[in-house]
Amino acid sequence: MDTEKYKIPQISVFIENKKGRFYNTTKVLKEANINIRAMSLADTMDFGILRFVVDKPEKAYESLIESNFIVKTNEVIAVAIKDESGGLSNLLKTISDLDINVEYMYTFVNNLDKKAVMLFKFEDIDLAIEKLLKENSELLDKDYFKKI
Amino acid sequence: MFWEKEKETMDRKSLENLQVGLLREKIEYAYNNIPFYKRKFDEYGITKKSIKTIEDIRKLPFTTKIDFRDNYPFGLLARPMKEIVRIHSSSGTTGKPTVVAYTKKDIKIWADLVARIAKAAGVTDEDIVQIAFGYGLFTGGFGLHYGLENIGAAIIPASSGNTKRQIMLMQDYGATVLVCTPSYALYMAEVAQNMGINPKKDLKLRIGMFGAEPWSEQLRKKIEESLNIKAYDNYGLSEIIGPGVAGECEAQNGMHVAEDHFIVEVINPETEEPVKPGEYGEIVVTTITKEALPVFRYRTRDITKLDYSTCKCGRTSVRMHKPIGRTDDMLIIRGVNVFPSQIEEILFNIEGVSPHYQIIVDRKGALDTVTVLVEANANLFFDEMKKQKLLLDKINDELKTTLGIDVDVKLVEPNTIERSEGKAKRIIDKRKF
Ligand SMILES: [Zn+2]
Repeated sequence: MDTEKYKIPQISVFIENKKGRFYNTTKVLKEANINIRAMSLADTMDFGILRFVVDKPEKAYESLIESNFIVKTNEVIAVAIKDESGGLSNLLKTISDLDINVEYMYTFVNNLDKKAVMLFKFEDIDLAIEKLLKENSELLDKDYFKKI
Repeated sequence: MFWEKEKETMDRKSLENLQVGLLREKIEYAYNNIPFYKRKFDEYGITKKSIKTIEDIRKLPFTTKIDFRDNYPFGLLARPMKEIVRIHSSSGTTGKPTVVAYTKKDIKIWADLVARIAKAAGVTDEDIVQIAFGYGLFTGGFGLHYGLENIGAAIIPASSGNTKRQIMLMQDYGATVLVCTPSYALYMAEVAQNMGINPKKDLKLRIGMFGAEPWSEQLRKKIEESLNIKAYDNYGLSEIIGPGVAGECEAQNGMHVAEDHFIVEVINPETEEPVKPGEYGEIVVTTITKEALPVFRYRTRDITKLDYSTCKCGRTSVRMHKPIGRTDDMLIIRGVNVFPSQIEEILFNIEGVSPHYQIIVDRKGALDTVTVLVEANANLFFDEMKKQKLLLDKINDELKTTLGIDVDVKLVEPNTIERSEGKAKRIIDKRKF
């Protein structure tokens, strides 16, 4: 099975919880002509992790590194759910039943095709893709985020 | 390699006899030439006859920085100004500076002592030495200069500051030895990298002689790696003579003290009693050959330990461990003695920790708090909060185990901790006493 195409590149950026750092990150991306498709901020008292899915991940990575940010790249899975009540709950039940470990997740709503998309970071991405496909979940491939 | 081999390898028995003889002479000399010591020795009932064995040095009173201040500027000099050829002083952050002076003979001895430590580190007359210590009142610049000139090395007296120019000189003139503070060496490596210069390929450095501030083994490793050199520590302080009191040999395992010129003791700074052999305490130094400014039992405030075991280099002198801090750098946090160097040691032992850190001590209510800022880098940053927490917890745990107090480690963004061209500003104590 080709699981590679379902691995969506994600960029994580370390930010100190200081005024303006969040904005500075998005500014660098904007200046590099990069579109942010989905984003989440996880933070603690002391620091935050900004996570992005963008249209041009390599370029985003390079421009952030050039601006002296601390950046990591990794992969997430995008699962489409019907944008209606119960859609998310059903997906989470499936994941729970499959017994696959979620590191974190965040949402992304694309108004154009009425789809709600959940982005998941799993402990074992290959296992997660395999199991979700068996359950007929709709996984988006990485090209989806380049086009929109 | 030796500079004065006979003296550097003298057997311990002869060395002790020499020390006792010189000490007795110096006591009489100081008594006759320095009113301050005449008063003190009278008060303590000290004459040269008081010294029969080397242990008798404990009968002498201590000399402190306050004594220098009280006798500012020239009250401690044993010679008239006619015989003085050099005056140095250390920058006093509060009040008056500490003034020291040298006769011609003192300058000659000083140049020999620095030549010894340079030779011990493997420097030869073929070397090109860049001295990036400030030239001026501070003893570091001129001290190293005269000593290295003494052995016939070619000196680039670059002095401190203007880092980019320093690196250009180093590259263009092919410097093989670098003399500066360890934190400045690290800073230079970083600036070189930013200038697109690879120290390993583009520079010819092979030896670093670093001093004037305490530094850890881990910092040594970082400097050695980033500049592709062997980094040697040396010790000295202006009140004693300047650099040259002690220096590492190629074994890099403690600094050989020039015991034919200085008698060293290690005491508990609070009880003023000698510590047990090999224990940490404050090093106290007595000069036994100086003319202009002999000093007895000077309280250096540096915390170190002594090692009398034989060294493979052949020198018979005692070795002092790198000072792990100063009695006045010692932070007393919730009643516990903490040296910043202990924190550095722990941080640098953790894979991937950047050498840039800062310790902030504060007080919340009645409780002291310690925050350690560490610059984040790709090795220390994880996308998963869980792993990130795990790493921070690991650092916190290790600090707590070693120091015995809770410390809060915070990651900060790169290049946000102040860089230094001289001594590092590692500690910010916001407590008001
Ligand atoms: Zn040795």
